[in-house]
Amino acid sequence: MTTLHGTTPPDLSGRNLSFRRSLADKSATFGIGLCVLIAALPLALVAWQVVSRGASTWSLDWFIEEIPRNYRTEGPGMGPAIVGTLVITGMAALLSIPIGVLGAVYLNEYGKNKPLARFIRTMADVMTGVPSIMMGLFIYVGYVTVIEERTGFAGALALACLMLPIVIRSTEEMLRLVPDELRQASAGLGARKWRTVMGVVLPAASSGITSGSLLAVARAAGETAPIIVTVGLTYVYKPDLFDGANTTLAAQIFRNASQPFAASQDRAWGAALTLIAIVFLFTILSRIVAARFAIDRR
Amino acid sequence: MTATAPPEAPPEVDLGGEARSRRTDKGFTGLVALAGLTVLIVLGLILVTTSVQAWPAIALDPIEFLTGTRWSPSDEVFGTFGFLYGTLVTSVIAMIVAVPVSIGIALFITEVAHRRARRYIVTVVDLLATVPSVVFGLVGSIVLIPWVTPIYQWWSGVVAPVPGLNAIFDETNTGRNYFTAGLILAVMCIPIITSISREVFATVPDIDKQGAYALGATRWEMIKGAILPHSFGGLVGASMLGLGRAMGETIAVALVIGGAIGVNTNMFAPGNTMAAVIAQQWGESGGLHTDALIGIGVLLFAITVLINFLARVVVRRAEIQMKGAHS
Repeated sequence: MTTLHGTTPPDLSGRNLSFRRSLADKSATFGIGLCVLIAALPLALVAWQVVSRGASTWSLDWFIEEIPRNYRTEGPGMGPAIVGTLVITGMAALLSIPIGVLGAVYLNEYGKNKPLARFIRTMADVMTGVPSIMMGLFIYVGYVTVIEERTGFAGALALACLMLPIVIRSTEEMLRLVPDELRQASAGLGARKWRTVMGVVLPAASSGITSGSLLAVARAAGETAPIIVTVGLTYVYKPDLFDGANTTLAAQIFRNASQPFAASQDRAWGAALTLIAIVFLFTILSRIVAARFAIDRR
Repeated sequence: MTATAPPEAPPEVDLGGEARSRRTDKGFTGLVALAGLTVLIVLGLILVTTSVQAWPAIALDPIEFLTGTRWSPSDEVFGTFGFLYGTLVTSVIAMIVAVPVSIGIALFITEVAHRRARRYIVTVVDLLATVPSVVFGLVGSIVLIPWVTPIYQWWSGVVAPVPGLNAIFDETNTGRNYFTAGLILAVMCIPIITSISREVFATVPDIDKQGAYALGATRWEMIKGAILPHSFGGLVGASMLGLGRAMGETIAVALVIGGAIGVNTNMFAPGNTMAAVIAQQWGESGGLHTDALIGIGVLLFAITVLINFLARVVVRRAEIQMKGAHS
């Protein structure tokens, strides 16, 4: 009767439970399980719809042709948007990742628990919650109205603002995982702090930082609101970010989805499939890098 | 012992002790501090530049801007209350759906699921977070709306005789409305609320859970008695973070909400939200109209920053309380 089982909970097979209590327990478990299904349902719906409706658009022409100017024109062409997505997101990464990593170095290696560092940490968290369209409006006011032209670079700036807090916070988490012994050993050899940071701390955390940054890139690649505000629109290839209006896959989905024509909606589905493929590629890449990091830490 | 030659002087190693290196060290400190300050600078610049740009539109009639429901750019009348109302209504619908579901998922992951099943569920939630919002909008506007419109019509017929409810769920002929927008927002909030709730549940001490079991509690009674009271503060914070996300979401809402102006108590009527109206009208705006749209953005920025700030404070305070009670 009174056997003790160490840390495992005692016999709760429910044989002695009153009907009311066991019913409450069972229905609660059922309800909790139902919640998981409710979350899985939209994911399955999105995956099924995007793949089944988007796959038919994919062909070689889809990836290289220019975008048709008329919504009613059937046929492929999303090349400029694919290039635009990659170039604009790449430029945003180039701008935000160095600043973000250095900012995280400040928070974890220099600021630590000083009031200023704590304040920056909180504001970085707050900044991750700022609506993405606000970054677009900011760059529109602060950059587009100044140079009087919508360019791909403006979009890259807006995405960089969006990525900055994500990179800072994820990098800081990774720096925190670097054992203090490494820093002390480096200091013990007489290295100055900047050497310790650049030569020891950052390399030790490099794969974690890469993984977090890739995740931020994946999130930025799918952003629409800042792009439609700052980048404008084009139908042709614009690899030069400073050469006038540009376009991205996300912006093309938004434009084409709001039209009633079958041809443009088909293009929207194709663009959605392409965009999801790109975003997943970055996400998976991030997972692989992160998995390597786990091995490093062992 | 034979006399040995004095040991050779060790080769010069630059350990960073030179004056040049000291300067580098100072410079590096300044550089990283500047990078850290970028966050504050950008946030400050966002507030200042957009406010200045929006001021002409707000200054026309500040009271009208905040409380007016008439939005007519051609007459230079900018009343944004209808959009604020839409943002609040859609976010509340999203929260009513997303908070219980997210807490359920977090409980399932931490308490119910087998260790191996756990990883798959976490992956599902993570994948939900990676789907770009415009794709949710696309699926919502083209696939979901034809499906849900008959359901809305059936439901408004069912509640028609019930006073109160029939004002909220009135007749409809379109699926592009507040309710659809709220449902899509709910899906988009689930990942963030789930992940923070999981972190919160992870801080519940095992000893509390085992104590509950030892007293003969069922799993549900253990959740009710040990986990939920312990995590309440953190869950409030998690929900507020989800709320902030819902209020700022732009593109998915812009595609499914219909774009009507004004205040409507009918959840099945088209409306608009602050973020969505910016995206919808941006292309055709100019001059004062653009400034007014930026003004809406400033308002939205202030609201979301406030909510996010409070949420972080709540979460942090809850964490400190939990650690304090059991350390």
